[in-house]
Amino acid sequence: MTAPAPAPRPQRSRLERLGESLLEGLIRLSGVSAIVFVLAIFFFVFREAAPVVFSRNFDLWKFLFSIEWYPTSASNVRYGTFALTVGSFAVTALAMAIAVPFGLGAAIYLSEFCGRRLRETLKIVIELLSAIPSVVWGFIALTVTSKLVVDATGAAVGVNVLNGGVVLALMSVPIIVSIGEDALKAVPDSYREAALALGATRWQVVYRVLLPAARNGLLAAVLLGVGRAVGETMAVLMATGHAVHIPGSLLDSVRTLTANIAAELGEAPVGSDHYRVLFLTGVLLFCITFAVNIVADLAIRGVRRRG
Amino acid sequence: MSAAAPPATNPAVPRFARTAHVARKERSERVARVVFALMAAAMVVPLAAILGYLLWKAAPALRLEFLLDVPKKGMTEGGIWPAFVGTLYLVGLSLAVSAPVGVLAAVYLNEYSRDNAFTRAINLAVINLAGVPSIVHALFGLGAFVYAAQFGYSILSASLTLAIMTLPVIIASTREALASVPHSFREACWNVGASRWQTIQAVVLPNSISGILTGLILQVSRAAGETAPIMFTGAVFYKAVQRGDLLPYRLDEQCMALSMHLYTVATQVPNVQEAIPYATAVVLLGSVLLVNATAVTLRVWLRGRKRW
Repeated sequence: MTAPAPAPRPQRSRLERLGESLLEGLIRLSGVSAIVFVLAIFFFVFREAAPVVFSRNFDLWKFLFSIEWYPTSASNVRYGTFALTVGSFAVTALAMAIAVPFGLGAAIYLSEFCGRRLRETLKIVIELLSAIPSVVWGFIALTVTSKLVVDATGAAVGVNVLNGGVVLALMSVPIIVSIGEDALKAVPDSYREAALALGATRWQVVYRVLLPAARNGLLAAVLLGVGRAVGETMAVLMATGHAVHIPGSLLDSVRTLTANIAAELGEAPVGSDHYRVLFLTGVLLFCITFAVNIVADLAIRGVRRRG
Repeated sequence: MSAAAPPATNPAVPRFARTAHVARKERSERVARVVFALMAAAMVVPLAAILGYLLWKAAPALRLEFLLDVPKKGMTEGGIWPAFVGTLYLVGLSLAVSAPVGVLAAVYLNEYSRDNAFTRAINLAVINLAGVPSIVHALFGLGAFVYAAQFGYSILSASLTLAIMTLPVIIASTREALASVPHSFREACWNVGASRWQTIQAVVLPNSISGILTGLILQVSRAAGETAPIMFTGAVFYKAVQRGDLLPYRLDEQCMALSMHLYTVATQVPNVQEAIPYATAVVLLGSVLLVNATAVTLRVWLRGRKRW
């Protein structure tokens, strides 16, 4: 018996092969686009800020740590962003104080306590919650929660740290829940089974086994929530009022780094020092969120390596 | 352990006494369950309350006419048509840019890249791109598109800014969809002599297209809600437009947008009819949630049909 001659391999036309290599080139190009864009963002934002950075009377120390922000003063213009930084941190800290316990609690409930049906439903709710645009949150803060804040505390104005913190908490809960749940799910079931076999209750499993085991992932969830809260613009612009100073209490109005850019960029003449300093604030924000994201990424990776 | 075999006992008497320790343990279990359930409920309740309140306040203005009409009397009356169409423009154009780049980038990361330092750098860049604050994207758009590329304040600048902002999320969701295609599918295709791209085209993309589409749809809703990035690159407070005009803008013009309009009528315009900002918020939120719900339904439905 003779083996049938192998069918000749169908040759693809030159055009087809050329098209394919073009496409693969395009794919590779798109692959590096993320790096290009991150660098481009830094480059173009810094480029607008550069003239003021390299001018003789610029003082980085004062820019970062002076609380005097008088960009439009006629006699003595000063650009100190410290009050804005403190404002950002105050609002973010309050938001995290509310969102972290609730977010992690909800994540634990989702992954350990509730049934499959309920979990799917709750996950859809979380997705919808995270889909609400920030300007709508800002509007809610302005019209709904600010009144509640005034009613509850007797504050003079409803747009203050507390109001902004509450709204930011609502905004960052979804991300904390979804990443936190992923982190808990990543803990191998054998850990749970071992603990249950020893007679532990689910709650004991959670706080003796899961929380220590998922520590890094939960940290990442919190950090990503922080990143979201620090970078949030429209909601805090509408929710926290417009006083540039270090807040003395929860009921003081503040302004954050992000809101400051949004509020003043429209009025600063293009090319003026004020305009460039706002871009420099953007660079500062970029660096802060960059650092937070890298730490979060390292934390998540720590989880993967062990899992 | 056979020595300790349990004696046959009366079933009414439990073999293990319920000690104080066990009782305490079970009590804390019950408390924990309730506390965590309440924390989960604390997410659902505000959502429902807020949606209900907005709807209730918006009810007087919510008519089809509100959507189709143009703003009148210094935006204190009338509808939101120019803003609605503007948002469609911005979202459509930004998706036209970010969808191909994002999908191809995900194909690269999932199908071509090796696990090396370069790939890790790309991953890090994607993560950071996703974390860049929206206002920094606005500054970038202003510096890069409006001034450096000289597109001016225009729909083009604004949608390119939006495109870059939505890119990382498209990459992430597409990648997840591609990764869900089992590796054996690819191997089978390679074994019959297909090239990498033929495999992607014939096997990987058809099997992951639903997941990719879901990700893109979700991105539409995200882009529609963004305000800060378009505020300084191409969206304006007001632009005169014919009522019901479907193509009112050119690409080098500025436009109105729903999100920007909500910000404007809520904070910048005095004496607005009370229901108008609420109705604007409801239309924006409604469109976003509708798009989202479509994506979620699509995903649930397709997951049910999956054959492997």
